[in-house]
Amino acid sequence: MTQLDSRGIVEVSDGGVSVELKGEAMTLNIGPQHPSTHGVLRLVAEVDGERISKLDPAIGYMHRGKEKLSEVRTYPQITALINRIDWVSGFANEVAFIRAVEKLTGIEPTERAQMIRLILTELTRISNHLVFASSYPLELGAATPLMWAFREREHIMDVIESVTGGRFHPNFNRVGGVKPAAGGGKTQKKVSLDLPSGFYASVENAMDKAELACDELDELVTGNEMIQIRTKDVGIISYEDAVAYGISGPNARASGVPTDLRKLEPDVLPYAGLDFDVITRENGDSFDRYLVRIAEIRESIKIVRQAVNSVPAGPLQAKVPRVLKVPAGSIYVRAENPKGEMGYYIVSQGGRVPYRVKIRSASFSNISIMSKVAVGQLIPDLVATMGSLDFVLGDVDR
Amino acid sequence: MIENVPFALLLGIKVLVVLGLMLGVSLVLIYAELKWSAHIQSRVGPWYVGGRWGWAHPLAEAVKFLQKEDLVPEEADDKVFRLAPYVMLAGTVATFVVIPIGPEWVARNLDVGIFYLLAISSLSTLGVLMAGWGSGNKYSLIGGVRAGAQLIAYELPLVLALVAVAIQAGTLSLTGIVEAQATPLFTIGGVDIALPYVLSGQIIGFVIFVIASLAELNRTPFDLPLAESELTMGYVTEYSGLRFTMFFLGEYAGMVSMAAIVSTVYLGGYWMPGLSDSALDIAGPFILLAKIFFVLFLFIWFRWTWPRIREDQLQGLAWKWLIPLTLFNIIATATLKVVL
Repeated sequence: MTQLDSRGIVEVSDGGVSVELKGEAMTLNIGPQHPSTHGVLRLVAEVDGERISKLDPAIGYMHRGKEKLSEVRTYPQITALINRIDWVSGFANEVAFIRAVEKLTGIEPTERAQMIRLILTELTRISNHLVFASSYPLELGAATPLMWAFREREHIMDVIESVTGGRFHPNFNRVGGVKPAAGGGKTQKKVSLDLPSGFYASVENAMDKAELACDELDELVTGNEMIQIRTKDVGIISYEDAVAYGISGPNARASGVPTDLRKLEPDVLPYAGLDFDVITRENGDSFDRYLVRIAEIRESIKIVRQAVNSVPAGPLQAKVPRVLKVPAGSIYVRAENPKGEMGYYIVSQGGRVPYRVKIRSASFSNISIMSKVAVGQLIPDLVATMGSLDFVLGDVDR
Repeated sequence: MIENVPFALLLGIKVLVVLGLMLGVSLVLIYAELKWSAHIQSRVGPWYVGGRWGWAHPLAEAVKFLQKEDLVPEEADDKVFRLAPYVMLAGTVATFVVIPIGPEWVARNLDVGIFYLLAISSLSTLGVLMAGWGSGNKYSLIGGVRAGAQLIAYELPLVLALVAVAIQAGTLSLTGIVEAQATPLFTIGGVDIALPYVLSGQIIGFVIFVIASLAELNRTPFDLPLAESELTMGYVTEYSGLRFTMFFLGEYAGMVSMAAIVSTVYLGGYWMPGLSDSALDIAGPFILLAKIFFVLFLFIWFRWTWPRIREDQLQGLAWKWLIPLTLFNIIATATLKVVL
């Protein structure tokens, strides 16, 4: 294949006759309104034909000022804000924040609450990865996996709804435990909402269905040769690049970086007693990123099945003062979000509201590599790479 | 009887029948795709419009599109932009002129039927190129160029696959090809056995023709000119209202005409074993329709199962696999024709 040289001129020699073809670079605006940019990501691409010579991601179209808004809200109010950062995995967003506040105040959550948090976090992870596994084939042009995976994901959403009352934005975590019952007031005694009756059975059912979804996806997507030729060796991220760009979560693990905060940060949630593997793969291409997520669904199913059998009895919430005041100090707590490392740096000067909240979100770092990986790719490869990074614009812009 | 009808009246009737058949079947096909895709995806599909099973859904959609504003972008090349949908639709409708739907039922039995088919069906790609260029949109332009590249790559296997059929049948007329398939090949226990070409020697040609016609129709896995996730909607990005409907109908009419060609050339067309000529006169159109819908089901099934492949992979498939295979097929057919 003839490549344009730096002046944009191709020299074709044909029997002594030399012809000069001058190619002109075209600037293609991909997004902010585009079907495969997951919302409002804008990519300014310089293309030569369909080959990308330069890519410049422009972010900020969905900046909602979460960090600034947090500065004028009390700590319990902030959970309602931050579960909207990455709306596909709302519950997981809350956990790291609430653990940070708990560590800052020295309030220990009850064991039962911690286990419920763990189960719901893993359910969120399965649901997030199912959304990925369904929308990624859609970006490659296959529409059916979307419906199949969403059908099974619905059972998980039902479980989350039955416990928390919300499907996407549970707002279920409270400092020291989980959500108290509605009502309350002076006459009614304040009680914590416990797990609804039939919870364990419905979780088991949802896990069976999620396993079924994995099997179906394996048949329809993983083994599909067209998916494989579209994703194998496309958008390769090396181990070094993954570390240098701060890529985390399944994207990093697909490049062989064995980072999993569930293992590395054992005091955030009680993963210590549970048996599960950290999935890693070697190639770091789009297909590996897909495979890692499918394997992680199966691991998470394993975790949930163990956790459901070991939920300790006891209160759902620790003793917490009516008006929560956090002593002066600062802390950084991170946890394994379905998309990668989700961390909160909280600075408190004492009182009911934080002085500063810095949110470290996974998607922001994960898409930072786009401008490096995309150079030299074709437009279809760009879409395949972009989709495999599994980002959410709310998580990028915050 | 037919000789006594004035030529102009006969022409008018034929035009109406061809148009009615194409558009009617296209509407049914749109409904079928909505329903079949729904069942593949474990959905219900259209349900409310028309009372039962949502049968009037495609009609309602057509009416909805008619109400939309007909937008022409400022950057667009006005005339080219406006003309493109009609060029596309004309190319597809014109193919039905030579498709025989019964022993006596053919709008025009051309001696060079296949030749005419291949020539006229490429016209719709011209419409696509015009739309891509005329829209004044970069995505449309890329879509149009992709369609052009695809046409060049896949017209060749399409033609070469039919060459083998023409050799086996010894004629270019489509009626002749159907009659050749109805000719008994051998006799078992006093019963004359005739086989359609898909079962008697042209299986490779059939598979290649179906693949190439999917590419010709811009259907998944070759829907690169549309490529919703890459090029928003490719060459139809800027179209709205009536003109979009034209493209939409053109796509489905194209599917019907391609399926009709496949059915006629490989599956025996209007012919079915055990029926006399006079019975075929009445049953022929329905037999052909059943075969057309079988092929259409394949098209729809593929679309809702497979993803899209990449432009370079598509070209590789055409030039490295399909064209050598069709050449082999021609040699094999010609050799067998001489030997047998």
